[in-house]
Amino acid sequence: MCGIVGLFLKDPALEPELGRLLADMLVVMTSRGPDSAGFAVYGHGEAEHLKVTVRGPRLDEVEAALADIATAIRRDTHLVLSFPVFAEEQVRGWLALNRPDLVVTGTGKRIELYKEVGLPRQVADRFALPAMRGTHGIGHTRMATESAVTTDGAHPFSTGRDQCLVHNGSLSNHRSLRRQLEHEGLTFATDNDSEVAAGYISWRLREGDSLTAALEAGLEDLDGFYTFVIGTENGFAVMRDPISCKPAVMAETDRYVAFGSEYRALVGLPGIETARIFEPEPAHAYVWERN
Amino acid sequence: MPVVDLAVSSKRDLNAALHALPANTNETHWHIANPDGAHALAAGVDAPVTIEIDGHAGYYCAGMNSQATIVVNGNVGVGVAENMMSGRVHVKGDASQAAGATAHGGLLVIDGNASARCGISMKGVDIVVKGSIGPMSAFMAQAGNLVVLGDAGEALGDSLYETRIFVRGAVKSLGADCIEKDLRPEHEEILAKLLHEAGVEGVSPTEFRRYGSARGLYNFHVDNASAY
Repeated sequence: MCGIVGLFLKDPALEPELGRLLADMLVVMTSRGPDSAGFAVYGHGEAEHLKVTVRGPRLDEVEAALADIATAIRRDTHLVLSFPVFAEEQVRGWLALNRPDLVVTGTGKRIELYKEVGLPRQVADRFALPAMRGTHGIGHTRMATESAVTTDGAHPFSTGRDQCLVHNGSLSNHRSLRRQLEHEGLTFATDNDSEVAAGYISWRLREGDSLTAALEAGLEDLDGFYTFVIGTENGFAVMRDPISCKPAVMAETDRYVAFGSEYRALVGLPGIETARIFEPEPAHAYVWERN
Repeated sequence: MPVVDLAVSSKRDLNAALHALPANTNETHWHIANPDGAHALAAGVDAPVTIEIDGHAGYYCAGMNSQATIVVNGNVGVGVAENMMSGRVHVKGDASQAAGATAHGGLLVIDGNASARCGISMKGVDIVVKGSIGPMSAFMAQAGNLVVLGDAGEALGDSLYETRIFVRGAVKSLGADCIEKDLRPEHEEILAKLLHEAGVEGVSPTEFRRYGSARGLYNFHVDNASAY
């Protein structure tokens, strides 16, 4: 199973509402994935700064040790460190040396990425998702099939700067694809098939593909069932496998583009009554980007 | 005329009330407000009543329907009228995948489009789609009629048995063992009747092309191995 939600705003007036709307959508998808939940929010990004989201215990210690170079926002088991780009090596070096136990869930100019085991409502509240603001966000509720119920196995997966992917389905060639991508220099933090899909898209983007071209290449190289929703710093994309095995419904208005595994997830959105509701076609890359 | 508002009452109570209706009930016209994409709405009804759903429905709406007329003033999710036995289901908007799957009887009318696998394994139902249908529609369809006023997606009628498929627009591709056949007067009669029942005016049966089974895959034949 698994549930996916995504919201990409066109109207800046909705940005303060992003977290609240996304949280409500996520909670409706609890029946599709009660094991764990996660979400990525693309919020404010300061010029020449980077944000790194880390997850693990004893985050106070990290915050104190890096206080001179990074501002930190603590949310339950996650800490978002924000620092000037020139300090990246210093921050990463400190983390690698002193806290190799921490997991970096996302890095980028604007992305913040949170995931935990538990019911989606609890996960959203633990990280105060309803209060978050941003331009777009992607969430996932997981019913584990390919690997264990762990925080590591929760989505979204981020394998490149400001990139993230959520997946409903299962891939059958992820082992061979993983080896191929490792030859290309990518590294993976988990055994999860969806992380390989995220890595694949990151690899194509690194090689110069547009988001659309990266997804279209994926139609050839990814074998299995999938509905993907993907976020980049300024973009939002959706793609389904050629037999559209996994459900998807979308709504578009002048103010937003929204994705849900089921229409139920979209009913709380403003103006849904008059939105254009459609089912994304199989094997077609849908991409929206903000300038 | 019972009105059930799903914003305040539960879907289970609604379906239980519909299941309990006797054949001679006086409560013959139901309205369901605020469906908000809920699943299995009015599934398993077995009474000659009319049920109107005012909004979008989720999965398996009107599934297993017998006798009832179910009208959805909105879109429906996966598997509308799945395994319908008799009666009539009318979707005023679009339908998601597997509309009318495995249905044995009755009439399913979709005013908008139906996505992938419309009429998969249909066993006697009549389906009229006023828009277009998605890929792999009528896969392994066994009996009944599928009428499409718009276009059909890839692999139409793959591994088809005896369902008749009528398409007015373009067919992207035919599935294994599905071929175009002549539209004979008896087929025009069937079409005229179904178009009338579906409320379609001003469309002539002669505008359609008929597709059906080449009957080459009925029994195992080693020469067909690549098509299985």
